[in-house]
Amino acid sequence: MNASALPGPATNLQTWIAARAKWHPAEIVFWLGCLLPLLPASLLPGFLQKYWIFDSYLQLLSQIAITALFAISLDLILGYAGVVSLGHAAFFGLGAYAAGLIAKFWFTDPLLGLACAALLSGAIGFLASFVVLRFHGLALIMITLGLGQLLAEGANSATWLTGGADGLQGIRAGKIFGTVEFDIFGQTAYIYALMVAFLLFLLSRRITNSPFGLSLQGIRDNSRRMLAIGAPNQWHLRKVFTISAAMAGIAGALLTQTTQTCSLETLTFQRSADVLVILILGGVGRLYGAIAGTIIYMIARDFFSDVNPQFWYFWIGLLLIGVVSYMPNGLLGGLNWLLLKWRRA
Amino acid sequence: MRLFTTTILAASFATALALPAAAQEVRIGIILSYSGQFADTADQMDRAIKLFVKQNGETVAGKKLVFFRKDTGGIAPDVAKRLAQELVVRDKVDILAGFALTPNALAVGDVSAQAKKFMVVMNAATSIITTKSPYMARTSVTTPMLNQTLGSWAAKNGMKRVYTMVSDFGPGHDGEAAFHAGFKAGGGEIIGAARTPVANPDFAPFLQRAKDANPDGMYIWVPGGAMPAAVGKAIVERNIDKNKVKIMGQDELTGENAIKSMGEAAVGIVTVSNYDFNHQSAKNKAFVDSFFKEYGRNPDIFSIGGWDGMHLIYESLKKTGGDTDAQKLIDAAKGMAWESPRGPMSIDPETRDVVQTVYMRRVEKVGDRFLNVEFDKVENVKDPVKEQMKKEGKPMQ
Amino acid sequence: MFTSIIGVLYDGFAYGMLLFVLSVGLSVTLGMMNFVNLAHCAFAMLGGYVTVSLINLAGWPFLATLPLAFLAAAAASVVLERALYRNLYGKSDLDQCLLTIGIVFVAVAGAAYIFGTLQQPIKVPEWLRGTWVVGNFTFGVYRAFLIVTGLVLAAVLILMLEYTRFGATVRAAVDNQRMARGLGVDVDRVFMLTFALGSGLAGLGGALAIEIVGLDHNFALTYLIYVLIVVSVGGMGSIWGSFAAATVLGISDMAGKYWVPQIGSFLIYLVMVGILMWRPLGLFGKR
Repeated sequence: MNASALPGPATNLQTWIAARAKWHPAEIVFWLGCLLPLLPASLLPGFLQKYWIFDSYLQLLSQIAITALFAISLDLILGYAGVVSLGHAAFFGLGAYAAGLIAKFWFTDPLLGLACAALLSGAIGFLASFVVLRFHGLALIMITLGLGQLLAEGANSATWLTGGADGLQGIRAGKIFGTVEFDIFGQTAYIYALMVAFLLFLLSRRITNSPFGLSLQGIRDNSRRMLAIGAPNQWHLRKVFTISAAMAGIAGALLTQTTQTCSLETLTFQRSADVLVILILGGVGRLYGAIAGTIIYMIARDFFSDVNPQFWYFWIGLLLIGVVSYMPNGLLGGLNWLLLKWRRA
Repeated sequence: MRLFTTTILAASFATALALPAAAQEVRIGIILSYSGQFADTADQMDRAIKLFVKQNGETVAGKKLVFFRKDTGGIAPDVAKRLAQELVVRDKVDILAGFALTPNALAVGDVSAQAKKFMVVMNAATSIITTKSPYMARTSVTTPMLNQTLGSWAAKNGMKRVYTMVSDFGPGHDGEAAFHAGFKAGGGEIIGAARTPVANPDFAPFLQRAKDANPDGMYIWVPGGAMPAAVGKAIVERNIDKNKVKIMGQDELTGENAIKSMGEAAVGIVTVSNYDFNHQSAKNKAFVDSFFKEYGRNPDIFSIGGWDGMHLIYESLKKTGGDTDAQKLIDAAKGMAWESPRGPMSIDPETRDVVQTVYMRRVEKVGDRFLNVEFDKVENVKDPVKEQMKKEGKPMQ
Repeated sequence: MFTSIIGVLYDGFAYGMLLFVLSVGLSVTLGMMNFVNLAHCAFAMLGGYVTVSLINLAGWPFLATLPLAFLAAAAASVVLERALYRNLYGKSDLDQCLLTIGIVFVAVAGAAYIFGTLQQPIKVPEWLRGTWVVGNFTFGVYRAFLIVTGLVLAAVLILMLEYTRFGATVRAAVDNQRMARGLGVDVDRVFMLTFALGSGLAGLGGALAIEIVGLDHNFALTYLIYVLIVVSVGGMGSIWGSFAAATVLGISDMAGKYWVPQIGSFLIYLVMVGILMWRPLGLFGKR
C-alpha cells in the first residue's frame, strides 16, 4: 500500500473507507461471469455450441461455490485477524449435520435450515473462541486441530445421531421457497449455492472494509499497539471468530442440502487442511484469494483426477510447489506483485 | 424471470439427456477411490475389471463398451454423488459400477434411482445399500452374511465365552452385531466387546485386555491394509496361545499380504470368507493364473467382486440384446446364477443382492507358504439382515 | 493389577520411543529456523521404503538396512533443502506449509507409483520377534529393541548437543539466531546439517515403525498429525521436550486404551489439549 492512500489528517476516515470499498470493474465482471455457466448451449451461436461445456459442470461449480465460501470464512480469521486454524472443518461439519438432521427430522425448507445451521455453528464458534483465542503460534494450530479431531471422533461414536461411518441417511430434499427443486443437473444447486455465497461474500467484503475489519488487521499486524490505543482485542477476535464459524456452518449446510448427503468426511482433518491449502494457494488476506484458490484447486483436482485417477496428487503437489516458488503470498499475491512491478517499469 | 430461465434450462437439459449416446456403445462409469487410504482396494478391483474385458472382448451384444473411471479419493459421498451425476449428465453413461466404500455407494444409489441407471456394487458390504435403488445389484458380499455365519459356527464348535474386538466405525459395528447375533443364537456368551480406534497404531493394550478376560475365543474385525498384520504380530507378542484361545475374523484378517507379514503368527487363525485365491477349483485356478500373469499379484476379495460384477453386466446386456434400459437390465440380472471362480453364486430376485457359498478357512503352512485352507462351507447364504427385513415386512427399496 | 501396570508402562514407553525417533528432528528444525516442515514424515516414509526394498529385493538383514534408511532420508533432505526450502527461509510460514504439503503430495503419489498401494510386508529377524516371559510378565522383544534404540539415540543427541562444538552452535542458533550469526556462526550450514540429521532420524523412525504400524504410500500424511502432536506437546527446539512428550503420549495412550477403551480414539487429542491448556508452549518450550 503506498503512502498516499493512507488517511492523512485532512482526509475523513469515512471517505477513505468508502474509497477502499469501491467496486472495481473487474469484480463486477467476475460476478456476472459466474452467471454464464447457466446459459444453455442452445441459446448460443451454432459454432460455439460444440465447445460450450459449462452446463454439464454445474455440480462441480456448485461445490466450488460452497468451498469458496468455506475458504472465505477461514480467510476472515486467518487473513484478516491472523488466527490460524487447522480445525475449521469442525464448523463446516456442524453446519452440515445440523442441516442434515433438520431435514431428516423436522422440516425441509433449505433457507430455514441454513439459518439454523448458521446459528448452531456460530454459537459453538462463540463458545470455542473463549478457549481457542488464548493461544498463539503452534499451540493455536494444534489446539484447533485437537478440538476438531475430538469433535470428529465424537461424531463417529454417536452413531445413533450421525449415522456414523455410513453417513447420515434419510435426508429429505427440500424445495427452495417451497417451489424450486434440486435437480440432477445441478442448476438449482448452483444458483442456490452461488447466491448464498455471493451474499455472504458481500457481508465479508463489508466487514473487511469497516472500521471493525481495520481494527482486526491492526490486531493481526501489531496486537500490543492495538491494545495500547484502547481496542478491545479479545472481543473483536471473538466476534470475527463467531462470524467465521457461522459462515463455515452455512457452507457445510449448503453441501448437505445440495447433495442430500452428509458424512463424517465433512468433519475431518483432511477437509480442514484442504481449505487451508486452498486459501494459501489463492492468497491469504484477500477475499478474492480465497475464491481464486478454490477455483484453481478444485478445477485442477477435477482435471488431473480425470486424466489420472490414481496419481493425480503428484500433479497437485507440483502445482503447489510451483506456485509457492514463483508466486509468494499465493496466486493473487503473486499477480499483485507482478502488476506493481509492471506499473513501475 | 428466474422461473422463466429455469424452465428454459430444464427444457434444454431434458433434450440433452434424451439424446442417445452413440447407439453402438454402452457407456460404463466406474467410481472408486483410486487414490488415498483405500487405493489398493480400487486397484485390485480395477485389475479384475480390465482382465475380464481383455478376456471377454470389448463388444457385448454388438455394442462396444466404453469406460469412464472416476476417483473419489476416499470416503466422500458428496464427491461420489457429484461424479455419478456428471457421469450421467455429461458422459451419458448407461451403467454405474465399482463402489468399494459404503457411504459412497449409498450416495450414488440416489442417482441410480433418480436417473434410472443400472448400478452394480462390486464391493461395499453394508446390508442396506441395495435398498437405495431398485436398479442396483451387488456381486460382492455383505458383512452380516459372513460374520453371522461365523458366529453360529463358533457356537456350534464348542466355544462358550468369546471376546470381540472391532474397529470403531460402521463396518466394524456391523461385523460385531452380526457375530454377536449368530453366536448368541447358538447359545454362546459374549464376555467383552471392545472397539478400537479406526486410526489405531497399536493393538497391544486391547489384546492384553482381551487376554486378561480369559475367553475361549476372540473375534476380531479390522479393515484391510496395515491393521491385520499389526493384529497378528500383536497376538504373538501378547503370547496368546491359539490352542486355548481361538482367533476368528473376517477374510481381511488373513488376507494374502497380511499372512505374509505375520508368517508363523498367522497359523491357526480361523476366518470366514466368500473368496480366496487358494480356493480349489479349475475355474479359480484359471482365473488366478491369468490374473497373476497379467499383474504379478494374486486376486483378492475385491478382485472377485469386480470380476463377477463384470460378468453380471455382460450377461445382463446379452439378455437384453444390448438394451441399456435400467429396468430391463435389472430384470435380466434378477435371479441370474452362474459358476464363479469363488463357487456357485446368484442374484437374489427379491433383494437384488448376492447369494453365495460362505467358506470357513484356517491358516496353515502348505509347503513353505502360509495359506487359507478351507475346511467347511455353508451353501446358498443370503444376507441375514434383509431376510429379517423381509420377515418384518419392510420394503426392499 | 500390578502386572498390568508394568505391562502398560513397558508397551507405552516403547511406543513413545518410536514417536520420539520419528519426531525429534522436526522439533529441532522448527525451533531453530522456524521452518514449518510438514514433509517430515515423507522422509520417514522414504526410510521405511529403503528398508523394505533392501530386505525384500536384495535380501539384506534388517539391522543392516537401518543405517541406509537414515542416510537415504538425510541425503534426500539435503537435496530438497538446497533446491526448494532455502528460498523460503524467513518467508511467511504459510508459504512454507504450502511448499512442504506440496512435497508430501508428490511423495505420496510417487510412492504409490513406484511401490504400489499395497501395505509393505516386512519380516524382522527371528530374534527380534516373540516374547520373553519373566514370571507373570510378558515382554515383546521388538519393543525392548525400540526402547534401547530410543534411549541410545536420546543419549547421543543430548551429549552431542551439550558437549560438542557443533552442539553449542546448534543451541546458539536455536536460542538466538541473529546473535549467533553476529558471532560468526554459519547458521545456514549448521541448519543444513541439523536438518539432515533430523530427517535422517525420521527415516530411521520410519524403518523402525513398519513392524509396529505398517507402511504404505499414505504414511507421510497419516503420521504427520502424531509427529506434530509430539512436537507441540514437547515444545519446539527441545530434545528433552520431545523425549518427555513422546513418553507421556505413548504411555497415556497405552494406559487409556487398556483401562478405558471406550475413549481410546479420543485420548491422544485429550492429552494434547490438556497439556497445551496448562503449558501453551509445550512441556519444555521456550517461545
